[in-house]
Amino acid sequence: MAEIIQAEGKQKGGKKKAKKFSTHIDMTPMVDLMCLLITFFMLTTAFSKPKAMEITMPERDDSTQQKDRPLVQANRTINILISGNDKIYYYFGVADPKLPLPQLVLTNYSKDGIRKMLLKRNLTVFKAVRELRDKVIRGDEVMADSTLSRKIKELKKSDKNAPIILIKADEKAKYKNLVDIIDEMAICNIASYAVVDIAPIELQMIAGTAVSAAPAKK
Amino acid sequence: MTPMVDLFALLLTFFMLTTSFRPQEATIIDTPSSISEKVNPDKNVITILVGKDDKVYLNFDNGSDTSVLVRKEVLKKFAEQYNLKFSDKEIKFFTTGASFGMPADKIKAWLDTPDSKDREKFQTGIPMDSTDNQLNMWIRLIRVQSPNAEVAIKGDAEADFKTVKHVMDILQDNKVNKFNLTTNLTKDEAKLD
Repeated sequence: MAEIIQAEGKQKGGKKKAKKFSTHIDMTPMVDLMCLLITFFMLTTAFSKPKAMEITMPERDDSTQQKDRPLVQANRTINILISGNDKIYYYFGVADPKLPLPQLVLTNYSKDGIRKMLLKRNLTVFKAVRELRDKVIRGDEVMADSTLSRKIKELKKSDKNAPIILIKADEKAKYKNLVDIIDEMAICNIASYAVVDIAPIELQMIAGTAVSAAPAKK
Repeated sequence: MTPMVDLFALLLTFFMLTTSFRPQEATIIDTPSSISEKVNPDKNVITILVGKDDKVYLNFDNGSDTSVLVRKEVLKKFAEQYNLKFSDKEIKFFTTGASFGMPADKIKAWLDTPDSKDREKFQTGIPMDSTDNQLNMWIRLIRVQSPNAEVAIKGDAEADFKTVKHVMDILQDNKVNKFNLTTNLTKDEAKLD
């Protein structure tokens, strides 16, 4: 819609006539295109809603005595300790100051760190769940989503040697660390895990000041 | 061309007059990421926001029953507990679902401030220390009004775990054992090598 009109200039006794410029740009196709694009995006954009990670904590009953709590098998237990600066440690078994203390291993949140250890310990369940998921994706087995999640739950419970993870965080841990470690539980298809309070002996183990009452093994 | 520009002007005026802004969140929160694909509930939910600075804010909706305004009822009961008086105008403003977080004595001042920029200054966080556990009171009153509401914890990735654990402890004291942690979706898969 551009027009440049140069007015004719009156010149005293001049024989020359001023030239008339007229530039006309037709913008209709561009506006058409913009209209189409806007309509397209108006109809196809879907806002991404935030997702939620479900977590269930065991009932906190102050009246439950220490000895009434169900005992976990020490040989299946993996304790994961999360601390500040994205530090994460783990040890197997139980940290009893009366016995020699287990080895505390420092690792990280990458896939070569904690995930490698978890996959090694949870191999049977992980493979079984992954096979089932792949079968459903390939179409070899057809089932509803709810059936699939029920079957995965059953698979997780079926392995009696699957690890039991106890997640403990100290004062310096960030919320992100907790979410990351619970995420790893989901990625590695861990069946049973719980977030529990950290014990003083474990705080000492992180600090490197833990002393075992048992005599050192020669 | 002129009729089209007329039409655009009309559309623009229409949207300018009918748009209502979403109430501003009390604080900006950067949630951590996870592979969880479950959608965060947005109806009948109590949201507890934990900011980067470890301040705690609260948001809850008016419930699924349209005849009962849950926010109004909860504010009235809260006022009884802490000896506060709110005018009808202030109660009406409170029922528009904005997230808030301030000690009980500052609520009236927050509701009275007309300007949204000045209003943000009041959002200093809900106290939840053992001497003055206002968060506990809020949650207790909300659960009485809407017992089926789910609880979502929207925490900043850099918030201390300690604060979130404290919030979870307060929730467990109120017999809530299942939480939704709001996260962003990222895809991550374990690969066996």
